[in-house]
Amino acid sequence: MDTHKKVAHTPNGQQTPSPEAVDVPVASPEGHPIEQPGRQEQPVEIEGTPAGQIVVAPPATLPVPTRQRLVWLRTLLKNPKALVGIAIVVFFILVAVLAPVIAPGDPTEFVDAPNLPPSAAHLFGTEGQGKDVFRQTVWGAQISLLIGFATGLLITIVSTVIGMTAGYFRGRVDDLLTLLTNLFLVIPGLPLLIILSAFLSPGTGTIIGTLAFTGWAFGARVKRSQTLSLREKDFVAAAKVSGESGFRIIFSEIMPNMISIIMGSFISSTTYAIGASTALAFIGLGNVSEVTWGTNLYWAQNGGAILQGAWWTFVPSGLCVALVAFGLSFINYALDEVTNPRLRAEKELNRTLKGTAFKKTKTRATPVLRQSQPK
Amino acid sequence: MRYILRRLGFYLVALWAAITLDFFLPRLLPGDPAATILGTGGQLDPSQIQAVKEALGLSDQPLILQYFTYLTHVVRGDFGISFSNFPVPVISVILTGLWWTLLLGGSSVIISFIIGNLVGIFGSWRRGGAVDSFVPPLLVFIGAFPPFFLGLCAVYLLGFQLHWFPTRHAYEDTLTPGFDPAFFGSVIQHMLLPVLVLVLTQLGGWALGMRNTMVAILAEDYITMAEAKGLTQNRIMFRYAARNAMLPSITAFGIVLGFVLSGQLLIEQIFSYPGLGFLLISSVQKLDYPLMQGLFLMITFAVLVINFIVDIIYTRLDPRVRAG
Amino acid sequence: MSQSQIKIARQVQNETLLDVRDLRVEYLSPKGPVRAVDGVSFSIAPGEVLGLAGESGSGKSTIAHALLRVLRPPALITGGEVRFKGKDVLSLAEHELEAFRWQDISMVFQSAMNSLNPVMKVGDQIADVLVKHKKISKKEAWQRAGELFDIVNIDKKRLDAYPHELSGGMRQRAVIAIALALNPPMMIMDEPTTALDVVVQKEIMQQIEELKEKMGFSILFITHDMSLMVEFSNRIAIMYAGEIVEMAPAREIFENPLHPYTKGLISSFPPLVGPKHKMTGIPGSPPNMAEPPTGCRFHPRCTMCQPVEKVVNPTLQEVLPGHWLAYHEGMPGV
Ligand SMILES: Nc1ncnc2c1ncn2[C@@H]1O[C@H](COP(=O)(O)OP(=O)(O)OP(=O)(O)O)[C@@H](O)[C@H]1O
Ligand SMILES: [Mg+2]
Repeated sequence: MDTHKKVAHTPNGQQTPSPEAVDVPVASPEGHPIEQPGRQEQPVEIEGTPAGQIVVAPPATLPVPTRQRLVWLRTLLKNPKALVGIAIVVFFILVAVLAPVIAPGDPTEFVDAPNLPPSAAHLFGTEGQGKDVFRQTVWGAQISLLIGFATGLLITIVSTVIGMTAGYFRGRVDDLLTLLTNLFLVIPGLPLLIILSAFLSPGTGTIIGTLAFTGWAFGARVKRSQTLSLREKDFVAAAKVSGESGFRIIFSEIMPNMISIIMGSFISSTTYAIGASTALAFIGLGNVSEVTWGTNLYWAQNGGAILQGAWWTFVPSGLCVALVAFGLSFINYALDEVTNPRLRAEKELNRTLKGTAFKKTKTRATPVLRQSQPK
Repeated sequence: MRYILRRLGFYLVALWAAITLDFFLPRLLPGDPAATILGTGGQLDPSQIQAVKEALGLSDQPLILQYFTYLTHVVRGDFGISFSNFPVPVISVILTGLWWTLLLGGSSVIISFIIGNLVGIFGSWRRGGAVDSFVPPLLVFIGAFPPFFLGLCAVYLLGFQLHWFPTRHAYEDTLTPGFDPAFFGSVIQHMLLPVLVLVLTQLGGWALGMRNTMVAILAEDYITMAEAKGLTQNRIMFRYAARNAMLPSITAFGIVLGFVLSGQLLIEQIFSYPGLGFLLISSVQKLDYPLMQGLFLMITFAVLVINFIVDIIYTRLDPRVRAG
Repeated sequence: MSQSQIKIARQVQNETLLDVRDLRVEYLSPKGPVRAVDGVSFSIAPGEVLGLAGESGSGKSTIAHALLRVLRPPALITGGEVRFKGKDVLSLAEHELEAFRWQDISMVFQSAMNSLNPVMKVGDQIADVLVKHKKISKKEAWQRAGELFDIVNIDKKRLDAYPHELSGGMRQRAVIAIALALNPPMMIMDEPTTALDVVVQKEIMQQIEELKEKMGFSILFITHDMSLMVEFSNRIAIMYAGEIVEMAPAREIFENPLHPYTKGLISSFPPLVGPKHKMTGIPGSPPNMAEPPTGCRFHPRCTMCQPVEKVVNPTLQEVLPGHWLAYHEGMPGV
């Protein structure tokens, strides 16, 4: 083989969607070449390549400026599904904050006869002990949401630290953390949660702690695999060469590229926490003297609401949990639509085809849509 | 084979971890665990007290010996005596519930797995169709309902108001279990509503997961090649795309199983369905600590065994794993 | 046009197997479409090998996929005509398209390594195309698959293997065997050997050459390897930023390149004969196809650029017999 000099003749930093870039738009999301400051403009000489071969420069990945890195966020805020989700969640946060204004009075006060159906005096009726269901529902938002968001935050922190540490440092550390993660994934969560709560002394802190203890593993796994693929990128290598420490690279180079994943994980952990804490409270493992949606359901069930036909005692609280969970899941659903290049591609095509003959195409053959008559 | 052995090793470690966790559980109780636990036991005679202490690892020996005594008891399936079913051993109580849980869980997982995956497959294939644009958000909506709340609503509406379904127990109380059509009919009748609720809550997860994997698989080069080969849509959709998209679904099975089970525990409670979940929750409410611990271990054990079976199926489906 | 005129036009077309006119393909994006193929025309005669060269991202694979209509979303064919033996490929209905694919044009994909289904036996992947198009039994199909493996020099026993059990070279041959299965009049080869080491590469190319002599199919040949391209093609088309800028017989392109881009491209390769000298490349990088430069797309990188090129995009014209060029009045060296 001759070894004379060759020219790298296509120094373009083009990025086409590659499998490992599925979740995080490291490149600009449209797959456009990204302007790369200080890019080599002169022919580059490379030695020892086979004769007559165009040397294709591997697509370089430079750190993407923050503004571009957050393009998905702007797209997300324009997505109707995301907006619906955000509106629902914000609504319930407002309800929680404004509870004293919306439903003034003590939610644990006995106001009237038990099991009265909804009326003008009691919007949602009264429950088995004669407490006002509307007050209980509105005030219940406070602790329910508090537990949800606090646990979501805790889980996100734990899973991010464990996942990224495992993914970045690899080797023995990774083996150990991955084993731990897999153990927590395979040991069924709710039974563990139930018996932990049964053995520990009850309280909001215990609930948040046990929920986080049983709920961190899934997020850690996702973040580990993302870190694994990001750590192979050029900008991480560059940071390593310039002697930055491991944790610095993790936090200042890798983490900014994982914001969408971390956000998604926060949302799903919060959803999980709200659902699971309600379930715990429902079976009597919460702090039954507090007013939460879960304890409302517990009292309704204990008071024989179903036998008495008092649907209004359990429907409002359950519906609130479902709506908050729906709002959060819908944000995540939209997040997926926005950051998954393939889903986005499908969507883009559908939008263009809307109103054309291809609107309802059942085939996957490339559609032909002549915009102008061929010459 | 290597893969199977590695998985088996992992499950053994997981089982050991669960057993050890179980050993330390009573020590989380405030105060003297032995006193607290036995305090709930009431009618025990001294030899029974000793037996329960040993089975729970709460004898007066040093910690390490307690641990080994406990391990030998666990291996023998001796979890002590259930206080709330005095003097029945924990293991017999558990075994009565195990089959009902497997029946309920098995049918709902199989039904939702099939329907959910089909929805996912068709949704990803027909771009712009109703299955793709309208169904996923609907599934997200249904999936947002806590299973037990959906269960409550179903019991109230379809059971108490409309009387379409029986609302409690696994079969008519007047029947005795046996191989006769009346009994089986009653079992199926009692399963319908809880299975319906469970399927509804699980459907979205399978469908959305499958849809996303399908969308990723449909972008693979071998799908493009299959299309270029002029194969029929059905063959590409099922033999090439769905067949491969199933693989991640199956690997995710273990994790999904955990979620499914979580939903099922409370559903059993709401329908008074005599499975492990119902037993677990009533043992918690009755402070029957030995039963709680035994149930946790048995549920974990069942999950691990099912995971292992799924792993074996997986090696049948993916030749890359089979090779090692 | 009268009926008889159409008939005459058809007869002329009979000389060409594939005729592509003004083909346009866009990738949609929220920021507006990326025009990856922008008015490309070429034709291929029976038995001819047309080489398609150009930098990475110039749209070569996009053309190849468009011919079979297997582009992925968000791709959309927005104009032009593709005729194969007079058949209007872009208007084929689903079932016609199924019959057209592989029977008329088969393809070896750029990523041959990934174009086999990992969980299906290689034999099944050959057999299914035979079963579909030839309507033969599975058993007969496997027999025929064995013959195909003979042709591409793989042991028949390997039909039972899964793709991951084959070496890179074997997988490549298996993919070529699949492409040969229906004995099609035309084959697209999108960088059929790039992932392989040089020795295997040469071997496989020789084999393709022999098969082509024997079976007489046409090839649309896409590669980065210019020396391979010259050796192998009858004619060569040079692409830049979604357009063909020059198209001529292979020797002609090498000996008398006219377009500045072609010149740059060719000077970046070692000469086939004669002394080896240091080569110059083309400075700069290809344009962003979402917002291509006005006028001639190459002008920002062109060393011989004239003012008019910044405004008017030259069209492809036959400047010498058989030599087509995106040409401007007063272009230097023409
Ligand atoms: N899914 C996509 N979305 C947006 N743009 C795309 C997509 N796929 C390809 N492109 C763009 O289309 C153009 C042509 O791509 P194509 O793959 O046809 O190039 P090519 O000439 O085959 O390159 P190579 O030599 O690297 O194979 C490129 O500029 C690319 O960025
Ligand atoms: Mg290509």
